[in-house]
Amino acid sequence: MARARLCPVAALQPAWGNLPLDLILISLLPFLGSLGVALAARAPRMAHAALAGSFSLAALLLVLAKAPAVLAGQDISARIEWVPAIGLNVSYFLDPLGLMFAGLILGIGLLIIIYAAFYLSAADSSARFLSFLMLFQGAMLGIVMSDNILLLLVFWELTSLSSFLLIGFWRHLAEGRQGARMALAVTGGGGLALIAGMLVLGNIAGSYELTEILGAGEVIQASPLYPVALVLILIGCFTKSAQFPFQFWLPQAMAAPTPVSAYLHSATMVKAGVFLLARLWPVLAGTDLWFYLVATTGLVTMLVGAAIALFKTDLKALLAYSTVSHLGLLTMLFGFGTPMAAIVGVFHILNHATFKAALFMNAGIVDHEVGTRDTRQLGGLLHLMPIAATLGIVAALSMAGIPPLNGFLSKEMMLEEAAHTAWAGSAWLVPVLVTLAALLSAAYSFRYIVAVYFGPRRTDYPKTPHDPGIGLWGPPAALVVLVVLIGLFPQTLAGPLVQAVSGAVIGGEPPAYKLALWHGFNAALLMSVLAVAGGALVLWRFGLAERIWQRLPVPVAKDLFERFIAGLVQGCRWLSDGINNGSLQRTLFVFFLATLALGAEGMSGGSYAAGTRETLPASPITVIAWLALIAGVVAVVVSEHKRFLALIYISVVGLIVSLGFIYLSAPDLALTQISVEVVTILLLLLALNLLPKITLPRSASVRHVRDAVLAIGAGGGVGWLAYAVMTRAPNDPISAFHWAQSKPGGGGTNVVNVTLVDFRGFDTFGEIIVLGIAALAIYALLQTATRGASGARLLAWIPDIVRSPERHPMMLVVASRLILPIAIVVALHIFLRGHNLPGGGFIAGLVFAIAMLIQFMASGFEWAEERRRTERHALIAFGVLIAAATGLGSLAFGAPFLTSAFGYFHFPVVGEVELATALLFDIGVALTVVGAVLLALGQLSNIAQRAEKLETPKEAMDIDPTREAEAQR
Amino acid sequence: MSVEFLVASAIGVMTAAGIYLTLRGRTFSVVLGLAMLSYAINAFLFSMGRLVIDQPPIWSADTATYTDPLPQALVLTAIVIAFGMTALVVVLALRAYLETGTDHVDGLPNDGEQHPDAGDEV
Repeated sequence: MARARLCPVAALQPAWGNLPLDLILISLLPFLGSLGVALAARAPRMAHAALAGSFSLAALLLVLAKAPAVLAGQDISARIEWVPAIGLNVSYFLDPLGLMFAGLILGIGLLIIIYAAFYLSAADSSARFLSFLMLFQGAMLGIVMSDNILLLLVFWELTSLSSFLLIGFWRHLAEGRQGARMALAVTGGGGLALIAGMLVLGNIAGSYELTEILGAGEVIQASPLYPVALVLILIGCFTKSAQFPFQFWLPQAMAAPTPVSAYLHSATMVKAGVFLLARLWPVLAGTDLWFYLVATTGLVTMLVGAAIALFKTDLKALLAYSTVSHLGLLTMLFGFGTPMAAIVGVFHILNHATFKAALFMNAGIVDHEVGTRDTRQLGGLLHLMPIAATLGIVAALSMAGIPPLNGFLSKEMMLEEAAHTAWAGSAWLVPVLVTLAALLSAAYSFRYIVAVYFGPRRTDYPKTPHDPGIGLWGPPAALVVLVVLIGLFPQTLAGPLVQAVSGAVIGGEPPAYKLALWHGFNAALLMSVLAVAGGALVLWRFGLAERIWQRLPVPVAKDLFERFIAGLVQGCRWLSDGINNGSLQRTLFVFFLATLALGAEGMSGGSYAAGTRETLPASPITVIAWLALIAGVVAVVVSEHKRFLALIYISVVGLIVSLGFIYLSAPDLALTQISVEVVTILLLLLALNLLPKITLPRSASVRHVRDAVLAIGAGGGVGWLAYAVMTRAPNDPISAFHWAQSKPGGGGTNVVNVTLVDFRGFDTFGEIIVLGIAALAIYALLQTATRGASGARLLAWIPDIVRSPERHPMMLVVASRLILPIAIVVALHIFLRGHNLPGGGFIAGLVFAIAMLIQFMASGFEWAEERRRTERHALIAFGVLIAAATGLGSLAFGAPFLTSAFGYFHFPVVGEVELATALLFDIGVALTVVGAVLLALGQLSNIAQRAEKLETPKEAMDIDPTREAEAQR
Repeated sequence: MSVEFLVASAIGVMTAAGIYLTLRGRTFSVVLGLAMLSYAINAFLFSMGRLVIDQPPIWSADTATYTDPLPQALVLTAIVIAFGMTALVVVLALRAYLETGTDHVDGLPNDGEQHPDAGDEV
């Protein structure tokens, strides 16, 4: 492992360096700052900056305090388990690479906060801005300190999100919103690819901890999945770091306030992709695939970015494309895959961050003080803004690669590396293209200087130009000082850091090298001179270059992107509208069709022949019942438009199904089915009373045929599946356990009932809750049906079928009264024996409910309602509560929820009786069922009664009074 | 002809009828279709325990063979839940009819013209 080899002095370090909490504190500080600023939104603007700044400063100081230990190679990490089951842990580590980035993020962040405090206008909410900025800072810091790649991915997404918020900060500007959306789409989309790539990588390495992955380089490169992981990770890196062909989002992101551009889109966030390339360099780099993908992409990006930058008239666009170009340069360096190139990459990251952030702030100053950043309206500012001009010129010269500034050093070293890199056997291709890119880079840097600060002084500046206060020029000045100092004393200032960081990137001891201004006369110097001279020449003949550029067919990436997105949206809309246009028929058809297709797919892949299990011979009676069932089904379908008739036919089907259950050894099911059948038919009858009674039959249409074909296909499939299963032997069912444990464990011999109230009591508990909710929903739906449009229709409703003259016939009433006590006793009996013989709470509840419903039917709903003593809502509630209390009771005895207990008790006269707590639970079930059924049907009867507008019958038995009146007439 | 075949074919026929009916345009047909599908699905689930005659799932010390009680328990709750669902759908259909004056599943007028996107009326 890289860091292990680098830390010979680890044991000598003081203990404070190892306190695991400080890394976690560092990672939390920006987030706390974000929260603090947001909470202090009402405080004065400078307080926001002070708050954000102090949190950044505190984190920076903590990081700097770690620097000696880190540079000495000490292992600094902290780890809290988060979701260990999936390998996601909050684990941080700080190695030299992380240290350099953390320093850049926090240091430049601090400068940006100061700058932003003076830059934003009074109309902008500085609390919102700084809160987002600190959020971003925390996310970025998380990326560079994460030891766990899943955690890294979380932070990675968070940078995309916070970048979205910051780009769109001026939400009243259309460009801001568009730019934010585009950035989110591109970097977020790339982030998805990165997630996939990282998961693949973690799977190959067998761990999601970076330190372990970094040690598994050989395993990873040997894996057949290496190309997959590499390409996916590269998509993530390239989108984030705006590499060709994903470079287009970065210039659009310039709609953000300039401090954001300086911070996110030059110094930090866009470097996240490059950071990851560096971070994973030891495991991913070194293969041909890596070289051709990464180095080529970097080279192309560098060239294209530089070319576009040269011809931009907006200063920020110029800088944005130059950033794209420099990111390409970095990508290319890491893509070369040689240790020396990686060292140069590390050094250039540092240099680019300093001069580019300074330049962005410089462009911001120009924009702020002159009122425009269009080169066509600028020029001659050298003497009007001497401080800004000095800073801008020095930073731009560094970007151009002019000695003795830091940009010269790393560019020179880059050219040296490029000079001896062959691409597909061609030794000259890379050096020539790189020189060309360097030439263009020098040209746009010079152009920045000349277009802004030189030339004649103008009279038409939008504002009167003058130097800004120190709040605006101080932060870039600090960076420009670094630009100069690193340029002059590279080995002293940056040497140790670059040495250590390179070691971390390479994963071993870096080769010997020296950071110096003068390397003697070599190829790099020649290329450098050519580039600078050529750059000056291009600027001298800029008009000609511009005319040539305008002839070139350069596609506008933004338009392409927008057309792509529009196409995508249209495609999705077409698809979703095609599946779901709000029509139930359409939706169900698609659903059934898809299900059928899935089933067909499954059948095509697996075995679907009938099994060889011995079948039961069918007796003649069975065949007759089967014929009755088929006839019933066909009759329902055929007479579907004559609704009462269909109802009678479907009850035949239900009856045969119940009989089938009896025949096939399922007495509990038969009892349940038959009682549910009664209740269902009653319910449908009641509803049908108010619904249209017939549907006009229509001649068979294409749709009918289509639906029939689909239905027959699906029915055939289901039937065949059932047959195929039934003719195979059971595959080690878990039922044996239920069977064996029913008596000793559950205390009952009716295994079905014991399963319901004991083994799977939790299911049953959920189920009675669902049933109760359904009943309450029905109640709510009908309770409000008497209002509004539906109430008006109810009022206007006229009975549309012939009424019996005898509304409550005497025979029925008398019979129902006789049946009531018998039915109640039967229900009780069924309930009590349920644990050992067919029966139980469900069936008892249904039987009891039916006995009550018969009273409704015999004497009318209102008559029965007047004699009702219990609240039906309360029954449901009591039922659920009793079941719950039974379940909770077992907790008191230290057993899990819903554990049942039973014992045998001796009662005088009655004899020995078994009592189980499951019986209590079953009482809850029965009460809920009674409550739910009665509530649903009672409410429906109530509505029907209101619609009938009948007088309340005075007697239990009466005849239709209107008929009497007619008779008297 | 085996009982297995009879049960399987009955399940198939009820499924087909259920799907056909749920694809109709009137709420009542859809309710009938759902009820039919419930029969089919319950029977299907039940049949997963294989068919056994004359051996109810009542435990006793001297029985060696038994019918599978687990699918029965699952189906028992499924029957009750299916009732709850049917009741809710029926009442929804009723309320929708009272609110809109039409019992077409997509809210198309009863006597009216064809909606361009929608299916047939029946």
